[in-house]
Amino acid sequence: MLGTGRALIDGLRDGKEQVDPARFCSQSRLVIVAGKGGVGKTTVTAALAVMAAKAGLRTLIVEVEGKTGLGAAFGQGELSYDEVAVAEGVRARTITSDQALLEYLDDHGMRRLSKRLTNTGFLDVVATAAPGIKDILVLGKVKQLEKAGNADLIVLDAPAAGHAVTFLMSARGLLDAVRVGPVRAQAEDVQELLTDPARCQVVLVTLPEETPVNEAVETAARLRDRVGVHLGPVIVNGLYPPVAGLDAPPELLADVPPEDAEALRAAAHFRRSRYELQQEQLRRLADGLDLPQLHLPFLFSPELGPPEIDLLAAALTDAIGALEIAA
Amino acid sequence: MTLAPLTRTRRVIVCCGSGGVGKTTTAAVLAMEGARQGRRAVVVTIDPAKRLADALGLESLADTPTRIDGDWSGELWALMLDTKSTFDALVVKYAPSNDQAQGILRNRFYRNISGALSGTQEYMAMEKLYELHEEGGFELVVVDTPPTRNALDFIDAPRRLTRFLDNRIFRWLMMPTRAYLKAVSVATRTLLRTISRVVGAEVVQDAVAFFQAFEGMEEGFRERADRVLHLLSDPATAFLLVTTPRADALEEGRFFAAKLEEAGIPVEALVVNRMHPRFARVAAGELRERASARAGTELGGLYENLADFTQLAEVEEANVAELSERVRPAPLVRVPFLPSDVHDLEGLAELGKYLFDSDGEPAVLPGA
Repeated sequence: MLGTGRALIDGLRDGKEQVDPARFCSQSRLVIVAGKGGVGKTTVTAALAVMAAKAGLRTLIVEVEGKTGLGAAFGQGELSYDEVAVAEGVRARTITSDQALLEYLDDHGMRRLSKRLTNTGFLDVVATAAPGIKDILVLGKVKQLEKAGNADLIVLDAPAAGHAVTFLMSARGLLDAVRVGPVRAQAEDVQELLTDPARCQVVLVTLPEETPVNEAVETAARLRDRVGVHLGPVIVNGLYPPVAGLDAPPELLADVPPEDAEALRAAAHFRRSRYELQQEQLRRLADGLDLPQLHLPFLFSPELGPPEIDLLAAALTDAIGALEIAA
Repeated sequence: MTLAPLTRTRRVIVCCGSGGVGKTTTAAVLAMEGARQGRRAVVVTIDPAKRLADALGLESLADTPTRIDGDWSGELWALMLDTKSTFDALVVKYAPSNDQAQGILRNRFYRNISGALSGTQEYMAMEKLYELHEEGGFELVVVDTPPTRNALDFIDAPRRLTRFLDNRIFRWLMMPTRAYLKAVSVATRTLLRTISRVVGAEVVQDAVAFFQAFEGMEEGFRERADRVLHLLSDPATAFLLVTTPRADALEEGRFFAAKLEEAGIPVEALVVNRMHPRFARVAAGELRERASARAGTELGGLYENLADFTQLAEVEEANVAELSERVRPAPLVRVPFLPSDVHDLEGLAELGKYLFDSDGEPAVLPGA
């Protein structure tokens, strides 16, 4: 399976030994960002979108769970079903299953029913009768946006891993359960979108730590085997960036006040050992997952707002530019 | 600050918090401490990382607790929640006859409820807790909650499921079978036709068959759910909030705290995992100035590094203090960022030192 990530990079030769971010982002119109809770999936979603916008693509972020903090990352409030501009070239919106159902019913001439159905817990009963139907409503709407083409790139912030697999498997699951009708047609369309590398790819986000690495490897295998989706590079978030002096000889601290010297030494030691642990996890990730890695720096700053997102977008651009091109 | 009084005196401890903050590990350490204190303790985990599961002897889903041997005077047991078999057992318990039970267990709609209905896992975690507490002979039951976005699903879940089973749609679905309701069944038929058109007729038939089979059992389920809720609000039960100092985890932590408060349930302890150490007493701003004065040199780099970590520690401490203030007088326990994940009993014991012997002060490394 070595080819998956490499092949993707292969197609990106630009006459020179560099990957061009604009072409990287235009490989598929839909990029699904997946990863377990706490790995910075939402931050990466925002950074990817900003990077694409800076490369000249009109980008749309889609959020499918409430309170992800995406709005806040752009210095705005919570997102809604209506698109809003959140940065230059970037718009963002939510798609929840209830919202998508209402729209679906409206579009299919069942407006009269819609209020009654959503008020009575209809969706819960139907979703239980045919699990995955909520997810398919959401993905169906995403597919509609993808087809409409009013954005060059859609970046979807997927539900947390575990659930991401269920979410993306919903189409395949429904194809088994539902034999006729519009839901089946919808599921067929969604499955077609998900499994077409020219239209959709999944970017996994993880941390250089033991459990997140294990989970990324497992999620990748499940997404490939069970969903058949194309995997783009894996994004590793939170790597300590290099800093001068970490490996300097002890004499460097000879003239520093003793109290400072002790603290400087302890902090340097901490960073070095953390750095080593991170490198070890990167090796484990490379051993377990044959995908190119894009590394993002750990941010010490307490805030996560537009300046930090810009910084990460720039780091992402650099990381893509530095990807090795398969010979 | 220590959590020893909790593990010594309480009968039930619920660990809540968002995903990836170390709830499972914390729950396991608490149960282990209970065993050390001589109690018969069990930890119920939802989705443990594989190596921890192995360490606890949880190689596969088992609906019964496994005993873990170790150097404690009490007993330590562990169980990985199997939502479906827990639910199956409830159905068997409340079905008036074995035939009815089997009819439900075979139904596809039921299989979906037990596997996929949101909130079912939460409900079954609480059900299992209740069962172990009431019938398992355990003096301490520690439960890890599912990493749910819908933070307090596990409190709401039993009621939600019974509401679902009581749903008006459910009534409508039942109507065609009741001759005396023929008069109003036009609306029902329209609805069923619409649903069938959208998801297919078999799906609707499965649902109708389920609700018919389930009829008469709602009452038993509701009573059981009420008893589970009662146990959760009992003074013998303690809720423990687990978080990390990351902004998003703390935000979820605040949300949990608010929801628990709404439900009239106090947070009895706050555990913050993965705190960065503080290396200097000097403020980050001051260190940053010292770094700028030496910008471009190796020493400048070292000051920059010290300033970075000091700033991080300051921010983490301030954020944690705010949450701690909110859940006062719950004790605050800080666990430092450990070099590796916990995946054996020694690791759990090591972690236990922070939960049970810690002085509650922010970690400052020697010499700082």
